[in-house]
Amino acid sequence: MEYKTVLTTCTHCGCGCSFYLEVLDGDVIGTIPCKTSPVNEGKLCIKGWNVHQFIQSDKRLKRPLLRKDGVLTEVSWDEAMDFTASRLREIKETSGSDSLAFFTSAKVTNEENYLLQKFARAAVGTNSVDHCARL
Amino acid sequence: MTNSIAELEDADCIFVIGSNTTSSHPLVATRIFRAKQKGAKLIVADPRTIQIATMADIHVRQNLGTDVALLNGIMHVILDRRWHDQDFIDKNTEGFEEIRELLKGYPPEKVSEITGIPADNIVRIAEYYGKAEKASIVYCMGITQHTTGVDNVKSLANLAMLTGNLGRESTGVNPLRGQNNVQGACDMGGLPNVYPAYQPVNMIDIQKKFETAWNARLSDKVGLTVPEMLSGAMDGSVKALYVLGENPMQSDPDSSHVEKALKNVDLLVVQDIFLTPTAQLAHVVLPGTSFAEKDGTFSNTERRVMRVRQAIDPVGDSRPDWKIIQDLSTRFGYEMNYDSPAAIMDEIAALTPSYGGINYDRLEGEGIQWPCPTTDHPGTKFLHKDKIARGKGLFHAIEYRPPAETVDDEYPLWLSTGRVFAHYHTGTMTRNCPTLNSEISEGFLEINPVDADRMGIHQGDEVRMASRRGEITARTVVTDRVKEGSLFMPFHFIESNVNLLTNPAFDPIAKIPELKVCAVRIEKAA
Repeated sequence: MEYKTVLTTCTHCGCGCSFYLEVLDGDVIGTIPCKTSPVNEGKLCIKGWNVHQFIQSDKRLKRPLLRKDGVLTEVSWDEAMDFTASRLREIKETSGSDSLAFFTSAKVTNEENYLLQKFARAAVGTNSVDHCARL
Repeated sequence: MTNSIAELEDADCIFVIGSNTTSSHPLVATRIFRAKQKGAKLIVADPRTIQIATMADIHVRQNLGTDVALLNGIMHVILDRRWHDQDFIDKNTEGFEEIRELLKGYPPEKVSEITGIPADNIVRIAEYYGKAEKASIVYCMGITQHTTGVDNVKSLANLAMLTGNLGRESTGVNPLRGQNNVQGACDMGGLPNVYPAYQPVNMIDIQKKFETAWNARLSDKVGLTVPEMLSGAMDGSVKALYVLGENPMQSDPDSSHVEKALKNVDLLVVQDIFLTPTAQLAHVVLPGTSFAEKDGTFSNTERRVMRVRQAIDPVGDSRPDWKIIQDLSTRFGYEMNYDSPAAIMDEIAALTPSYGGINYDRLEGEGIQWPCPTTDHPGTKFLHKDKIARGKGLFHAIEYRPPAETVDDEYPLWLSTGRVFAHYHTGTMTRNCPTLNSEISEGFLEINPVDADRMGIHQGDEVRMASRRGEITARTVVTDRVKEGSLFMPFHFIESNVNLLTNPAFDPIAKIPELKVCAVRIEKAA
């Protein structure tokens, strides 16, 4: 048996509570609130206590999907990524940069938000980047 | 937030408006409880009797969409009774004479007619807030999700400046950010008009700085906001939509319109961790990872940049989202090869003045609150210390405007939407947490007992509810948490998707839709 705890930040609201994810043999089995966090001081709400439960849900997407004959079908990463990159490029070339638009996300990390807006602006050439801050 | 979460507990007065704090931000609510225990006055202005309202020294239930009138009324009384801070106003603000003139038109009696709040209660709020040494305002989407969202926020800033409750510990104007990293998404330039740290895309020297750093030609044309992307998708001007970790099919108003728009594009790419209603419409779905399977940072509501650490390997064949974006970019023809999120943060710090002193070594421990311009800067607990950021704080004289849609004979009931304690946003994650989903597993419609009696509706009855945009069915909860004539429904549940009904009318500046107010009718389902 291998047990470890990993200090991280909750994903269920904007408070930013710190907790340790408990990992047993590769499975996330619980959360332990961080006592030294200036935000939550060793406490969590019901959403924080249970946040580990969705992580390894059976319903998680495990492989890329591509619509073939109207149906989303599992494909390799190479096929999904080549399709996406080439379609984005075609649309840019035929209809212009501003015919592409990007939703970044209030749920992913800062680094990922940075990269997607950089991709939209530097690679595609559009400032049409927004997310659900208003929702 | 101008100030920090921990500071709330030392305030003498806390004014909560448009925030269901105990449900949506429980660990902020904890600080408010402590402040209350230490003797702070707690004011809650919310149309519903939410949990925190039951602990308040005064709770008022304004009519939906009348916040500007309420705030102007409070400020009228503060000026009238000389509870304002003339010294702060003289030293730190401009535009005071204009707002003083405007506020003359908002005596409590008149405001009472607009808001439905007794005039005496408006005076009491003014007294608690106006006389406090340290008063904090806490607000959330109940303030912003209106066609007058910007007016509402500016009115709160007016109130804080009028009383000198800015730039000091335990004061300020404190929005609670709804999503876990909405602060960070904005900070990182996830907005159509700005690069990271709110640097405008249409300022030539800023554009040049990013062109050099990114080795690319950049556009100086402000891009589209989400509602504009969706209308662009409808009219054919937007042909490809790339959606990372968002679920507009459920989070945006008027879902039927959203569905038509998403189905109308030539290419819809969705990068997510579950097959959301939005992903189900996609041409390509790219499986990203949850926060437990990657390294990175989130920025919380008090501007604290905090580490996210990988605990397990990616589930199945999913990949960390930063790796997906970088791979896509390289295949697209713009090479990216960062070896880790730490390396991405180093680039962010170099281009983002408020994050300039942030790196992963410094983020061990409690994290750092921006602005943090240099590596020897400790971070910033509260903003506007000694001097307001723009130089002088600007008062905005703002008249009350009613919401875009008001009740009439055909749609005689007000509807507002929001969250419940066990769920988060569109429920993609919380509804897949068995414990949370067993707490509350279906949508419900709150209706006042007087309205329910009048229509012969009982607790648990199924009703059909329609607005000008759509129709859904839902089970009722008969409760006086909502006012007579008003209904409330959470938006977490796709099976009874209340955003089929909500109004996409939006604030002209912030482009935020009026999710908190629309007009509906209901009838008992056969």
